Amino acid sequence: MSGEKQLAGHIVVPGEQLPDEVEASPPYVIDDEGVKRATVVGLLREKSDGGGKAFVKLKEIYIPQPGDVVIGLIQGIGIMNWFVDINSPYVAVLSAQDFLGRPFNPSVDDMHSLLKVGDYIKAKVVAFDKTRSPLLTVQGEGLGRIIRGKVVEISPAKVPRVIGRKMSMLKTLEEKTECKIFVARNGRIHLECPNEDLEAIAVMAIKIIEEEAYTSGLTKRIIKFIEEERRIREV
Amino acid sequence: MAGPVPEGVELLRDGRRHDGRLPEDLRPIRMQVGILNNADGSALVEFGRTRVLAAVYGPREPHQRFYILPDRAALRVRYHMAPFSTDERKSPAPSRREIELSKVVREALEPVVLAEEFPRTVIDVFLEVLQADGGTRTAAVTAASLALADAGIPMRALVGGVAVGKIQGVLVVDVDELEDMYGEADMPVAAAPDIGEITLLQLNGVLTREEFRTALSMALRAIDRVVEFEKEAIRRTYLEVGGGQE
Repeated sequence: MSGEKQLAGHIVVPGEQLPDEVEASPPYVIDDEGVKRATVVGLLREKSDGGGKAFVKLKEIYIPQPGDVVIGLIQGIGIMNWFVDINSPYVAVLSAQDFLGRPFNPSVDDMHSLLKVGDYIKAKVVAFDKTRSPLLTVQGEGLGRIIRGKVVEISPAKVPRVIGRKMSMLKTLEEKTECKIFVARNGRIHLECPNEDLEAIAVMAIKIIEEEAYTSGLTKRIIKFIEEERRIREV
Repeated sequence: MAGPVPEGVELLRDGRRHDGRLPEDLRPIRMQVGILNNADGSALVEFGRTRVLAAVYGPREPHQRFYILPDRAALRVRYHMAPFSTDERKSPAPSRREIELSKVVREALEPVVLAEEFPRTVIDVFLEVLQADGGTRTAAVTAASLALADAGIPMRALVGGVAVGKIQGVLVVDVDELEDMYGEADMPVAAAPDIGEITLLQLNGVLTREEFRTALSMALRAIDRVVEFEKEAIRRTYLEVGGGQE
């Protein structure tokens, strides 16, 4: 990609002292005996409303929060539940009863035919407190097994950038690629596109956003990239 | 500490060491962050001819349940020397020395890693010495610190390490293999300058109290520079791509 790419801020490394005005947000910014410290790599930049400086993390390990909608990957099958990789240190659990919406009957229901290892699901985190596995539910609008489209994975830290301020980046992506895009909190993105070419362009655009998050003029570059690719591929 | 110095080797001459360095000089340092695609975090650190590769995986749920700690993540560190890292082929089986150094390096990192954020998980740090020329344990701590930062694991500060030795009564910083073998003392130190904590301190050989104090302050000064290099290496990674890679 051509064009001037300037990082919108100064790079902060773990252990670096931050100005007092930066809000503590453990574990990324900690109050270490009265000193504000960054614990992960991030950016220190001017707040958009001009209200001093803010710390933006560039690294994040996804910790589930009740209420988060996540995209999970079935990684194992138990007697009455599935073990789900949710791109987090913790493996989540989805019960067969929740998936079926009724009690599980082992004489009739076969776990393997309901969800297979490698299936993607859209689910909501019901409960999690670090002492036991996160619990998922697929009971709700738009939740359940993902049956079409594509799932791409990015760093959870870059999720806010893919969505953009007031969803601006997401709207731009959807408009320009004609895809339906769902960004889950855990860094997985579900795309439903009219054809393979548009899907490939959307995936590439998302990867560029991940790579170049928080550089100046990113939205403009993304629009230019998508239009250019569509012209070349004639879609 | 291996008897007399062999013929033709001068450890000190006109105040300069056998490779031309002054007593307080570090060897040329090179650091690269994020060089392995399959690890969550990685780094390559070189102090002169000493080269150490670090790879970090996690936090993740361990396969063996007995590793689980209920209140924090368990840090597992493996320091290992590649068979081709030394003059004579080194057996790839973990030696007594490597088992000890794995523990020492782990304890050098534990004070800075915010392990309590990820209870019931493990964080794996693999350290592979690719080429050994003295100071491998301190280079390993340095590489591990960078790889942990690259993996996005929250840390109170970056840790750096360096060894101070004594040759012919003169204290020297960042000893290499030759100086370590024929010197009178070797003192590896690791510290986190940002929070003013020493996380590793070992000594073999003999130092007077006064020499020890001087050696420690020399080591801490050198570590300040090592950690500055670490910060540069991280910043460089991000400026190159304007976003960094995971």
